[in-house]
Amino acid sequence: MKEQLAKIRAEALSAFEGVKDAAALDELRVKYLGKKGELTAVLKQMGRLSAEERPAMGQLANEVRAALESALEAASRKMEAAALELKLKAETVDVTIPGKTVQVGRRHPMNTALDEIKEIFIGMGFTVLDGPEIELAQLNFDRLNAEEGHPSRDWSDTFYFDEDSRVMLRSQTSPMQVRAMDSMELPIRIIAPGRVYRKDEVDATHSPMFHQVEGMVIDKNVTMADLKGTLNLLAEQLFGAGTVTRFRPHHFPFTEPSCEMDVQCHKCGGAGCPTCKGEGWIELLGAGMIHPHVLEMAGIDPEEWSGWAFGMGLERTAMRRFKIADLRLIFENDVRFLEQF
Amino acid sequence: MNLSRKWLNEFVQIDVNDKEFAEAMTLSGSKVEGTTDLGAEISNVVVGRILSMERHPDSDHMWICQVDIGQEEPVQIVTGAWNIHAGDLVPVAKDNSWLPGGVHITRGNLRGVKSKGMLCSLTELGLDERDFPYAAITPAAILGDYHPIDPAKPSIPADIQPGHKIFGSVVAAEVKEVNAAENGAWACTLAYAEQDGPTAAILTTPCQNLHAGDLVAYNVKTGAICTLAGLHAEQREFPNCRPSGIFVLQEDCKPGDDIKAVTGLDDHVVEFEITPNRPDCLSVIGLAREAAATFDKPLTLHTPEVKGGADGVLTGLLDVETPDADLVPRYTARMVRNVKIAPSPKWMRERLRAMGVRPINNIVDITNYVMLEYGQPMHAFDYRYVNGGKIIVRRAAEGEKLTTLDGKEHTLTANHLVIADEGRAVGLAGIMGGLNSEIVADTADVVFESACFDGTCIRKGALALGMRTEASAKFEKGLDPMNTLPAVNRACELVELLGAGEVVDGVIDILNNVPQPAVLTVEPDKINALLGTGVPEDEMIRILKKLDFAVEGNQVTVPSWRGDVRRMADLAEEVARFYGYNNIPSTLMRGQTTQGGWSPAQKVENRLGEVCRACGYTEVITYSFISPAAYDKILWKPDDFHRSSFKILNPLGEDTSIMRTTTLPSMLEVLGRNYNNRNKSAWLYELGRIYLPGGEDGLAMEAQILTLGAYGNGMDFFTMKGAVEALLKGVRAKDVRFEPCAEDPSYHPGRCAYAYSGSDIVGVFGQIHPLAAQNFGVDGELYCAELSFDELLMAQGPDPVYAPLPKYPPITRDIAVVCDESVTVGALEAAIRRGAKGLLKEVSLFDIYRGKNLGEGKKSVAFNLVLRADDRSLTGEEADEDVRSILETLEKDCGAVLR
Repeated sequence: MKEQLAKIRAEALSAFEGVKDAAALDELRVKYLGKKGELTAVLKQMGRLSAEERPAMGQLANEVRAALESALEAASRKMEAAALELKLKAETVDVTIPGKTVQVGRRHPMNTALDEIKEIFIGMGFTVLDGPEIELAQLNFDRLNAEEGHPSRDWSDTFYFDEDSRVMLRSQTSPMQVRAMDSMELPIRIIAPGRVYRKDEVDATHSPMFHQVEGMVIDKNVTMADLKGTLNLLAEQLFGAGTVTRFRPHHFPFTEPSCEMDVQCHKCGGAGCPTCKGEGWIELLGAGMIHPHVLEMAGIDPEEWSGWAFGMGLERTAMRRFKIADLRLIFENDVRFLEQF
Repeated sequence: MNLSRKWLNEFVQIDVNDKEFAEAMTLSGSKVEGTTDLGAEISNVVVGRILSMERHPDSDHMWICQVDIGQEEPVQIVTGAWNIHAGDLVPVAKDNSWLPGGVHITRGNLRGVKSKGMLCSLTELGLDERDFPYAAITPAAILGDYHPIDPAKPSIPADIQPGHKIFGSVVAAEVKEVNAAENGAWACTLAYAEQDGPTAAILTTPCQNLHAGDLVAYNVKTGAICTLAGLHAEQREFPNCRPSGIFVLQEDCKPGDDIKAVTGLDDHVVEFEITPNRPDCLSVIGLAREAAATFDKPLTLHTPEVKGGADGVLTGLLDVETPDADLVPRYTARMVRNVKIAPSPKWMRERLRAMGVRPINNIVDITNYVMLEYGQPMHAFDYRYVNGGKIIVRRAAEGEKLTTLDGKEHTLTANHLVIADEGRAVGLAGIMGGLNSEIVADTADVVFESACFDGTCIRKGALALGMRTEASAKFEKGLDPMNTLPAVNRACELVELLGAGEVVDGVIDILNNVPQPAVLTVEPDKINALLGTGVPEDEMIRILKKLDFAVEGNQVTVPSWRGDVRRMADLAEEVARFYGYNNIPSTLMRGQTTQGGWSPAQKVENRLGEVCRACGYTEVITYSFISPAAYDKILWKPDDFHRSSFKILNPLGEDTSIMRTTTLPSMLEVLGRNYNNRNKSAWLYELGRIYLPGGEDGLAMEAQILTLGAYGNGMDFFTMKGAVEALLKGVRAKDVRFEPCAEDPSYHPGRCAYAYSGSDIVGVFGQIHPLAAQNFGVDGELYCAELSFDELLMAQGPDPVYAPLPKYPPITRDIAVVCDESVTVGALEAAIRRGAKGLLKEVSLFDIYRGKNLGEGKKSVAFNLVLRADDRSLTGEEADEDVRSILETLEKDCGAVLR
């Protein structure tokens, strides 16, 4: 009987090993482990054994059964794995076939540049302010120290709606400084982006309508060093850490001292190249300490409060950021242009 | 403002190269736009003396010259020019030399004769006759150069001999001898054999192209050698008779000298952008002062000294009145007699040229020279045309006429200031002199005017006439009234230096409004507090002194030319400029923190943009101004009140002349442009403003409109509607519904709808009317939506609150009902919702069918209904009960029956 069990075991294991499909495996299961199978047949002979032999033989028989069952299980799993592998292989796709198009719209590159600037300043506690584009000359000029007779007030430079030159299209976002001073509690930290208008014919670098962003801080003990620190941070955020800047004296009627900030040319590192027109520096923005008379006109005591302000052109920033050569592209809105961003 | 560095060095010695100079000046506030080395393109070109000339054996017009160029051996150079003679000093481009325009000169062969370089003309050196008036060339017509127009009928026979008559009193003559005479003229001996008359003549001629052996045309009557004009000949008949040739130098120089130094091309010119607050820097002296402070070098200024002594008493010769004193803060004048008009000397011409000013004659050049040096515009006019010896500076009479130096006649108004005598205007004050008092060749007595006029008056006057001149550009910024006297004295000093005339003693000087100098207190603590620096007080004082501020204790007197310095902040800028903006520390903001961030409206703006892009729409930016014709293009009626727009009185053009009251034409124009650029599809959006009359203070009500516009890539009414629905969902708008809109003229009357939230119209959308599309060059279908941002903001629903997910399964039922074509899906859906008894959770349309079996004018509409209870599993019977009620309502309200 012992020999019989060993034989069944050897035969069955070898048969399981070589089995080809699920039906054949099931046949083998019936043949060896079924109610009428070979192992059952051997076990039926147990009664003939002596009481001493029975436990040992019983144990042996159980061992054989367990071995056969586990081999059967393994063979079955192997076969399933093989079948799955075949199925997956049959389902292989050509991954180089283009995906199904999901049309996603794009942000206009000018606004992408503006969004970056807004994020930077909001992070520093600034509020974004919006104001009218059809503006009073009083706010656009008088309140900003550009008195009657200032050349920028000429009809050759600025668009007007009345013969008295009272209502105009704002030529800068700076009247928002005045509106903020008139309407907000001190201290103030604002930026004010928006459209501005000047009487320039359209060409590769000019447009009668363009965008600026104004920034202003008024607080106690605000210094020109603070202006530099904040604007240096802006330059680093816009153009990357380690961006080199320089500040040059300049003139604006509503700031004193006034300056312009240049960024070292990213292309030549300051040596001079066509991108920076040989200068090594690219002008980024104008800024300065708010003129004490501008504060006074808003009823703010310059002995107690000081502030700084800046203004920058957004188109130029976007053009530099995305290397756009011609300003006209910005307002032509050809999708072949817009979809690049 | 251009600056000659040679001229600058007269006042302050700055030895750095152009790049370093530009950098330092820019950082101290005088922005440099660029620098030019005038002689950069010229190398290896020297002065040469022509030792001998012989005719080229194989050419009818070339000469072989032996030229001394300061080396041991003369060089041989072949030239085609005829205006040179032995003894002339000429520019020689040596072998391996460079000329402007990248021209490289090397040795070569000219018809078999070796030539080791080239003799240069003015043009070849990058100069012209205005730079060297004496170098103008007057050529005689050489008969050997004659090429008849019709070879069969020559006007001059080929075998003509001296003495033969050409026409009238003109005969052929042979040049026997040519010698240099005075003033660049030539003494010439001619031989001819006139019948019964003289056979030879000796004469002086301005023609430089004569050489012994030449056959010329000689007019016996006038005694002149004929030029082309004298012969009534055409250029093509004498191809080599041209007013061009070698630049024969009349300068103090010798063979071998570098031509750049001889012609003033060894200078460097720096171009500055001067800000309008610094008119004092529109002068060599002003920039010299800045340069001296920047480089910490001494500034050497010069006080003009005038000898005077001319006949006459100034007050007897000239009287000045300024009835409009407010427009003439100061008027200063001097007189010069016995003027000899001539070209000015080379040094003066060179400096004018370097600064971009064209030399004219000594008197005019002196006025320009002083204007450049002192920044004070000067005017010189001919005394003999000042009737009555009286100058009146007055407002022009309305309609008064004046022809200015440029030959243009102007009609003036009372806003113009004129210089006049008792009878008429002789100049436009501060802008340009009058043609009637111009300095001309025989001018004998000259009045120099050095005045200070009201800046605004000059600016407006120049602008009204469209003639902004160098002088008016300076006056309009407001000049230093203390500058008029030194400037006029400098002009007189130069007159004496140049020997151009005799100066009359005395000065006429009318001071109407010369302000007292401003005195400020230096407050170092406040300056440092503003700058964020710790600049010591003595450093501040040192900087101010360098700029010619007079300092006494802590009181500083502002120089008269610094009208821009009025208070502490201005002094702070002066200190900062020379302390160095880049030496100011960079600190982060301190002080009270403020809470930044987006306003609720800005959040909605951002959200709407995101939804648009997610829906496939790309952002555009369009101009806020449009053409009035744009309203016609979108088919608005002529009397539509929406046409009432803000109108720009001085627009760039009709196309950008009014502020839009609708964004539709802007979007359609962009769609049309894309369509005509053959882009297959374009789905676009813009959040832009419209400008409606009626705002506060006479301003506009500026409302934002979210505009969508699209064609292609499957765009149709329902695709556009999908985007509108997504936007409304994006702001969680409440109670959204749509109603047909047949009355908007810009849209297809059957494919246009209003979007409502509650009872408010949020906007309109649909297919653009085909005629409107055509007006924008599009023959396909365009779809647009115009949504009011304010309405979207108001329609915004509350923040979402979590609703528990359903625990029990739903039952779905599909129903198809047949109804009249006129019944809308919206009406059916509303009936379904009304009919349901509380279990209906969702209704969705899934099919519309039309067919003959339904009958004419009928349609079948199929809906999928989802029914569910929140607290139990529904039974089929419960669901059926609801559906039955729904069907009854459909039939009762819409006449729709189950199919």
